[in-house]
Amino acid sequence: MSAPRKARVATVSLAGCFGCHMALLDIDLRLVELLKHVEFDRSPLNDLKHFTRHCDIGIIEGGCCNEENVHVLQDFRRNCDVLIALGQCAITGGLPAMRNAIMHSDDPLRECLEEAYVLSPYVTNPTHVIPNDPALPLLLDKVYPCSAVVKIDHQIPGCAPSGDIIYETLVQLLAGRFDGFDPHTIHFD
Amino acid sequence: MHAQAELPDQVADEACARVGNDRHRLLDVLLTVQHRCRWIAPAAIDRIAARLGLTALAVRGVASFYSFLSLEPRGHITIRLCDDIIDRHAGYDGVLAAFEDALGIRLGGISADGAVSLDATPCIGLCDQAPAAMVNDVVLAGLTPERARDAARALKAGARPEDLVSPVFDSLSAHERVRAAVANNIRLSGDVLLGEVPREAGLRRALALTPEQIIAAITASGLRGCGGAGFPAGRKWEAAAREAAARRFIICNADEGEPGTFKDRVLLTERPHLLIEGMTIAARAVGAREGILYLRGEYAYLRDHLEAVLAERRAAGLLGVGILGTPGFDFDIRLQLGAGAYICGEEGALISSCEGLRGEPKTRPPFPVQRGYLGFPTVVNSVETLCHAARILDRGPEWFFAMGTPGSHGTKLFSVSGDCRAPGIYELPYGVSVQELLHLAGAEDAAAVQVGGPSGVMIGRDSFHRQLSFDDLATGGAIIVFSGARNILEIVDYYLSFFVHESCGYCTPCRVGNVFLREAIAKFRNGHANAEDVAYLRSLSATIIETSRCGLGTTSPNPVLSTLAHFPLVYSVVTKPSDDGLQATFDIQSAIENARGIAKRRSFVFDRDFSQ
Amino acid sequence: MTDAAFTLTIDGTVVAAKPGQTIMEAADAAGIYIPRLCDHQGLRHQGGCRVCTVKAAGRSVAACTQPAAPGLAVENETPHLHALRRDLVEMLFHEGNHLCPICEASGNCELQAMAYRLGMIEPSKFPYLEPTRPVDASHPDIALDTNRCISCGRCIRASEDVDGKGVFGYVGRGIHRRVAVDGADLAHTDAALSDHAVSADVCPVGCIIRKREGFRVPIGERDFDHHLIGETIAEKRR
Repeated sequence: MSAPRKARVATVSLAGCFGCHMALLDIDLRLVELLKHVEFDRSPLNDLKHFTRHCDIGIIEGGCCNEENVHVLQDFRRNCDVLIALGQCAITGGLPAMRNAIMHSDDPLRECLEEAYVLSPYVTNPTHVIPNDPALPLLLDKVYPCSAVVKIDHQIPGCAPSGDIIYETLVQLLAGRFDGFDPHTIHFD
Repeated sequence: MHAQAELPDQVADEACARVGNDRHRLLDVLLTVQHRCRWIAPAAIDRIAARLGLTALAVRGVASFYSFLSLEPRGHITIRLCDDIIDRHAGYDGVLAAFEDALGIRLGGISADGAVSLDATPCIGLCDQAPAAMVNDVVLAGLTPERARDAARALKAGARPEDLVSPVFDSLSAHERVRAAVANNIRLSGDVLLGEVPREAGLRRALALTPEQIIAAITASGLRGCGGAGFPAGRKWEAAAREAAARRFIICNADEGEPGTFKDRVLLTERPHLLIEGMTIAARAVGAREGILYLRGEYAYLRDHLEAVLAERRAAGLLGVGILGTPGFDFDIRLQLGAGAYICGEEGALISSCEGLRGEPKTRPPFPVQRGYLGFPTVVNSVETLCHAARILDRGPEWFFAMGTPGSHGTKLFSVSGDCRAPGIYELPYGVSVQELLHLAGAEDAAAVQVGGPSGVMIGRDSFHRQLSFDDLATGGAIIVFSGARNILEIVDYYLSFFVHESCGYCTPCRVGNVFLREAIAKFRNGHANAEDVAYLRSLSATIIETSRCGLGTTSPNPVLSTLAHFPLVYSVVTKPSDDGLQATFDIQSAIENARGIAKRRSFVFDRDFSQ
Repeated sequence: MTDAAFTLTIDGTVVAAKPGQTIMEAADAAGIYIPRLCDHQGLRHQGGCRVCTVKAAGRSVAACTQPAAPGLAVENETPHLHALRRDLVEMLFHEGNHLCPICEASGNCELQAMAYRLGMIEPSKFPYLEPTRPVDASHPDIALDTNRCISCGRCIRASEDVDGKGVFGYVGRGIHRRVAVDGADLAHTDAALSDHAVSADVCPVGCIIRKREGFRVPIGERDFDHHLIGETIAEKRR
């Protein structure tokens, strides 16, 4: 009998800061143990930019602030059995979602872009043009948590989550069960 | 075309002086200012606060609670169009369009000269003659687009709202004015309330009894509160009488706000003396010297009529000192007008409102019979209950007890509206079946009946055999009929919007949960729901019901739960399985619409390239 | 009513109580924690957040306002009540803007701590209401971000009853009900940094902010970074 195949894991950072991916590395030496049971597919950790195969677990950092985030997240949903929202941005929209609450005008997205690229006293932009390169994905009307766009199976809270809670959760999921967290380990910051 | 508005601080001064600068009369003060200035201006708030010894914030807190008080200017003529689901089914859209067109303003707007404003308001108690509207302190019933247009034009030409009711309005008596505006639509009179009622017979008999004997008679009659909850009236009176206290109060709850209910309107119009007689008997029984008749703001057009009745009774020695020559039996009543808040039908909230506070329910215990109005024992009974009480004293408890069913004695007024030929009031003994009532009202096409209004239950044909009584289908009296042509999810959506609008906001589950419930129903209406959403509706409803602080939250999910139980197909036909894991509610096209406009280009990810 | 002490049970534990005590007061004295947000030591009970919902003789009631009664059987820590409370806490999170990573109260926040205690970790079915109320930073020492307000009313009762001022109060109705200040803005009230209403432990969230105090205690060393909310009350039993 052959050994059971390794679980295939994909990861991505959407509207996040890569802090959650850094936290993934905070698993430290246990990563070596984990890699006995896991192989990475699409992930910035191996610079693989497309799925090569269907995956067991997809780990999402960050929420959706633009169309590309949506496109990638939907791609992850199609290509992964279990999706994990990792960290507060993926879970609630997080820091980027601050813009959802500060938009008071009738044309909030324009106000946001003008503030960022034209009007703010800290901006030097002699052309007064809002960047519009075709390579720039269109922004969404607001920042969405991942669960508003696709079905999310599990969430690992934190900003960023600790290496411990990430490791414990992955170990449990790889064993085929998830019993929740010890309340003492839950943090939203 | 209209007199210049009065100065807000002067009006505030006068209004405060009129109530002796009593802060418990804040609602009256605010209503006076609203009436004369058409809004509660900051200058008025500051002046009222100074006069009554309150903070300006406390005054603003009360003013911002009630729908009929406005912190922004409203028109000298304030039109409030009833947008209840029955009105919508009866042509609300056409009437609204006619008003908007003829007045040149949109819903929620005010004309540039400040002459007219147009707003929508929930049920105003005229479902039997919908669509209907309030125009300042009068009402217009049975509106059509043509009538709305004519009314709007007349108002613009300088007519008073009263002129719309009758060309000879000023020469009519207060009762005639009410009758000119509103039809009673009494379709069936029973033995207790709407048949022949001898004047003061109950009160005279009560005066021959001791307070204990009066309470014993009410208890023996089996009379239960007719507002919906059905608490035994005798026990309530007995509890208030038992408390040691310097003052006691009788409050009549004439705040019938449950959509589809209009029985109190008819009793207040045609049986006001019986009602006051009932309050007077209750006062005798519990030892109260003071009473309050809390009249919902939507019934402001009944105020002059009721004040006339109170004055007449004072003059006849039926109110005041030594009633009917009985030494030591002193009792008088003040009329407290509400200001557009369904929650004030809840007895604690009603008492808060009478005290000049935000209409928020009070923590129970203590119960109002222990510590109610101003902290004194208070009996709060509905109009119908108090009318019944007077009749029971006249005819004896056995007579009343013999009618109805083992758990529900006497007769009940049913307010029937919706898809039927004869909407109106039906007085029938408890125990009548839904089917019998539908037959009487000419509702052969009924496919769904909302029993007890939105806080009650919606039943289908398979339940029409059920009895209207506390033992089976309990109801405050609203029977709303829907034919098979009506969209049940639209009705549920409307009722949830009503509860969201009327929640006081005190407790989390009712304030927030009802908003979520409404959004969940929108998901079904938009075709975005899946099977899991049915479970979500049930669990959210259960949380709201179990954790809410008062009856509003413990019943607000009923439209959802009762339609899930009786009309499951309505939900399942719009439910789609979602096995792709994508959220149907997320719409990428609307999410990028703004950005496309700003960038002036298509999405290279989600839009097709038609230039190729 | 006599003044004789009596007992009731909470999850089977016999608890002593006095007439006039609420279920929560009796529980606190006995070292049994009942979760709560709007209730606060030394302030009138409000009974608004409903997080302290318990079953008393089979009926669901708010423990902070329900009187203790002789022989009453109270359920507190049951999976059913746990789920109800988590729903309520989640409602509060979704009603306002509670972005913990950017909030100065994070780690000291009772709402957040309650979410930890109740294990609010599942993907939420509730929508976000995302209010967009302006932040009031007019006062030299105090700022107010009512987007984080959970309507607990603790500042209102503290200002009225302890400070004797009435700086804070509710305006609006239903989902529009919110805390407002007695003036055009906070600078035009008589609010002061020394008020009990603006002290660190009255506002349970990051709505009332004391300026120039932010991040004196770093994240990771705050109240609820190392112990669960309620553990100090439960410690009395040991």
